[in-house]
Amino acid sequence: MYAKVLVLRFPPEIVDKPIITNLVRSYNLTFNILKAQIFPRKEGLMVLELRGNKLDYDRGIEYLKRIGVRIEPIDQSIKRDDEACFQCGACTAVCPTGALYIKRPEMEVIFDSERCSGCEWCVKVCPAHAMTVTLSEAE
Amino acid sequence: MGVVKSYEEINEKIQQGKVVVITAEEMTQIVKDRGTKYAAQEVDIVTTGTFAPMCSSGAFVNFGHTQPPIKAHRVWLNDVPAYAGLAAVDFYIGATEPSVDDPLNKIHPGLFQYGGGHVIHDLVSGKPVRLKAEGYGTDCYPNRFVEKTVYLKDLPNAVLCNPRNAYQNYNCAVNLSSKTIYTYMGVLKPKLGNANYSTSGCLSPLLNDPYYKTIGLGTRIFLGGGVGYVVWHGTQHNPGVPRNEKGVPRAPAGTLMLLGDLKQMQPRWLVGVSILGYGCSLAVGVGIPIPILNEEMAYYTGVGDEDIVTQVKDYSFTETEPLGEVSYAELKRGVIKVMGKEVPTVPLSSYIRAKEIAESLKTWIKEGRFFLGKPQELLPCSTET
Repeated sequence: MYAKVLVLRFPPEIVDKPIITNLVRSYNLTFNILKAQIFPRKEGLMVLELRGNKLDYDRGIEYLKRIGVRIEPIDQSIKRDDEACFQCGACTAVCPTGALYIKRPEMEVIFDSERCSGCEWCVKVCPAHAMTVTLSEAE
Repeated sequence: MGVVKSYEEINEKIQQGKVVVITAEEMTQIVKDRGTKYAAQEVDIVTTGTFAPMCSSGAFVNFGHTQPPIKAHRVWLNDVPAYAGLAAVDFYIGATEPSVDDPLNKIHPGLFQYGGGHVIHDLVSGKPVRLKAEGYGTDCYPNRFVEKTVYLKDLPNAVLCNPRNAYQNYNCAVNLSSKTIYTYMGVLKPKLGNANYSTSGCLSPLLNDPYYKTIGLGTRIFLGGGVGYVVWHGTQHNPGVPRNEKGVPRAPAGTLMLLGDLKQMQPRWLVGVSILGYGCSLAVGVGIPIPILNEEMAYYTGVGDEDIVTQVKDYSFTETEPLGEVSYAELKRGVIKVMGKEVPTVPLSSYIRAKEIAESLKTWIKEGRFFLGKPQELLPCSTET
């Protein structure tokens, strides 16, 4: 079983097409949508976890690319400034997916971008402004 | 009575490079393994550390006389108001002052992106800061307006002076209400969603000297990455709270007023912070060396996270009485039990940085760059309520 959190960007021409459903029907994949948004200029953004066997997964990705969906790894859009982060832990109160968590007993604050859903709560909560999320920014 | 050492003897050892200095975390282990008698014989100094937002912080600055001279009546730094009700070109910039156009909590929770703490951080980082001053004009100070870019290195004087830092213990905050609340103790999710706390536990300065037997006016310390001093007990200093059998206060107790030359401090250890829905502040790094003058001090510095307890308090004003007592060992494990519910814990104080401070101070002392400051007077310690 293979699983990965991806950022999908849909061009305006296909934003109203039932695409994710094809991943289920034709490629035998399951998904978990973590975030979905359509911007004023009709580009679509989706953060989802895609799960299935590796062969199906690769074919599914191939399909998405073929129809014009841009696929980005989530850590391209979500970053922690490790110089600014002073390892307090305030962000762990609000992170809904456990992407920000505390490694014990060292008490080190870890950011695992693989588990991030792009909710952006940490951006507001981080006292040191160490987190930046650029998912919603126009390209 | 066993071993007794004086401040002078320990400083002599520092001079000769023979001093034995360890961190409070290491001391906990040594006392546990070998006992207080052994620890008092072997160890001369225990270093502590804490790094967390400390709102009662700020800096006195003199920006130098202008030509023609001004009696600055109102002062702003990067649009953050400073208090100028002092002599002509002196002011105090407080950590929690937001910038003039900050929307505050008008759209709740406010972001408080920039304030006094950030000004101090920028100054210490060597960044340019825009200073504006208004005067009402006098015969001796005719100038009514000054605007200029200043750098910390060019300011005649800049002194960090924090009226209340390094709280000896602090509440563990929870929220019993049905709405998320935004507090100085961080975001508290409804119905006991999380429990936030803010001390460095066994590394915390005042928890290693619970009765202030070595800390007082003139104690030399690590402050903001430079050298500072304890100059008074802090505001709200309250030694009279209930204590456990080891003398550790079970609720917020002692505090310190700290002072040091801002010019030798570092941006890593004075960080401007924004606390969602609450305001701006300054995260301050403080480290205090505790001299092991005798076995009693070895006993106190041997304190471990399981010996330190605090009260769980509801910050939603639903319940005024504490909801229970928890140890720092439990808090650090990540889950506590409150009213029968398992609640995840969230630290607001950086244990990693606290440890780094204790290690830095240890290095300074070992290398003979830092000597103990003998207190001229100890902090008030009446334990009667």
